[in-house]
Amino acid sequence: MNPISDVVASLSGAVKRYGNLTALDGVDLVLHRGELLAVLGPNGAGKSTSISLLLGLIRPDQGRAELFGLDPQQIDARRRIGVMLQSAMLPLTLRVDELLRLVASYYPHPRPLEESATLAGIRDLLKRPYGKLSGGQQRRVQFALAICGRPELVFLDEPTVGMDIDARQKLWAAMRALVAEGCAVVLTTHYLEEAEALAQRVIVMGKGRVLSEGSVDALRAQVPLTRIRCVTDLDAAFVATWPNVASAEREGSRMRISTSAAENVLRRLLDADTSLSELEVQRAGLAEAFTELTREETALEQEAA
Amino acid sequence: MNATSIPTSPTATTFQRMSTKRVLGAYVAEARGECLRYMRNPGFMLPIILFPTMFYMLFGIVMGKSEGADAARYLLASYGVFGVMSPGLFGFGVSLALERDGGLLTYKRALPMPPGAYLLGKMLMAMLAAALVIVLLLVMGVFLAHVALTVQQAAGLLLTGMLGVLPFCALGMLIGTLIKGQGAPGMLNLVYLPMSFLSGLWIPMQMLPKVLQQVAPIWPSYHLHQVALEAIGVNHDGIGMHVLVLGGFAVVFFAIAARRLRRYG
Repeated sequence: MNPISDVVASLSGAVKRYGNLTALDGVDLVLHRGELLAVLGPNGAGKSTSISLLLGLIRPDQGRAELFGLDPQQIDARRRIGVMLQSAMLPLTLRVDELLRLVASYYPHPRPLEESATLAGIRDLLKRPYGKLSGGQQRRVQFALAICGRPELVFLDEPTVGMDIDARQKLWAAMRALVAEGCAVVLTTHYLEEAEALAQRVIVMGKGRVLSEGSVDALRAQVPLTRIRCVTDLDAAFVATWPNVASAEREGSRMRISTSAAENVLRRLLDADTSLSELEVQRAGLAEAFTELTREETALEQEAA
Repeated sequence: MNATSIPTSPTATTFQRMSTKRVLGAYVAEARGECLRYMRNPGFMLPIILFPTMFYMLFGIVMGKSEGADAARYLLASYGVFGVMSPGLFGFGVSLALERDGGLLTYKRALPMPPGAYLLGKMLMAMLAAALVIVLLLVMGVFLAHVALTVQQAAGLLLTGMLGVLPFCALGMLIGTLIKGQGAPGMLNLVYLPMSFLSGLWIPMQMLPKVLQQVAPIWPSYHLHQVALEAIGVNHDGIGMHVLVLGGFAVVFFAIAARRLRRYG
């Protein structure tokens, strides 16, 4: 198969400035058919700007944004995407089924209404006015609207904000079903466990640049920290001075140590305290990797300043 | 074997063309959605309906009894125009300002909504609301104030109202692109109420100070008032110039608003 036709969306060298503020500073991003890409990053990192470029809501000052090889502002490109935006006040007096029919009418080959409703878990809400739904229910309706056009690519901007755990799990299942159908998904999220549970590929953004890109495992490996927890009498400040120890903190009777060389530190730890107990050793999660990446970024900025 | 019977996968890389019928359907669905959502919103519909009908009831029918059917006929045109301005200004202006603020406009721009469907839908909604106001006023005028109207005159006023709403849609749209969110209703009232007064919709033009009479032609509502008066047989001066001016207002307001909307969203 032609590898080029596999790309559904891309940014190449995209730069976007708002006055003096550079929101995007040369971002390259490629999305392939049927993959779920999570875009992580603190507020102001450039996630929303990237999405806006790909949706054709704004134009890059430099570089290019493409959807299915077309300018995103072309309606033919947008007929193949679905969108769930973070803050969209939908008409409160319209019923859920009316909203679904309206949005589906924009697409050439939409899903049957029942199918969209089932996928999003809103079959019991169809006759209710949108304004009478809870926040979580509204998010599920917005998800249904994103998929009702049978898109090949769906943008989900912070989709599970304001959802309880049960609703979030259901939406995750729906996203997996979507990817299984061959639909590509761009997911921006603050919930790292969401990216960890769903994404095949993760992009971490900060200060308008892509800081890291790769699989969840690769991202984790990029920050080779291991967490050690144990009950010990040793002084945390003393342990923190050991080589390869990133940090050591006391939590009640326990000590928590972050290290890049767990084996060495463990050996020394066991030597120093023979009464040490309840030892736990764990690889860093995405959360640590993420914090580490964005912190390095901040530190660099401060050094430069 | 018939090759055309093989179904193509919806995720095929071939381009998905949208049939003209479905594109038209999208316009219809958008217009239907706009109409439904506002007809169901009492906060929007009640002021639009109640103000002109209440004023007409009070000043045209109850207080105008001594003046006879002539006053009621004149005020039918005045309050008709007053009533037509508000769905244009508020239906377009306030909703656009709120939807720009609330993100709905951004969402619609990200969706493959056919171009202009959003504005066309709002326009149709304003025309329907205007028609509703005119029909109510006509019913009151004919049955309560006993204004003698021919069918042509009634139809003429209805048509005046439905088309006359368009320049005010354009003005509302312009204001909606200038102001975001909750500030818009106040601003629109600052335009709506003084403009109604200065165009002789509340007090007949002849009773206003001379200077106000002279500047009245700068207001679009003045011209619509003249067209409405002609439609129900009060004036007989011809309406060509007034229609041209109204058309001009509509085109200029719309062009500036559309430009702003494209630039700033």
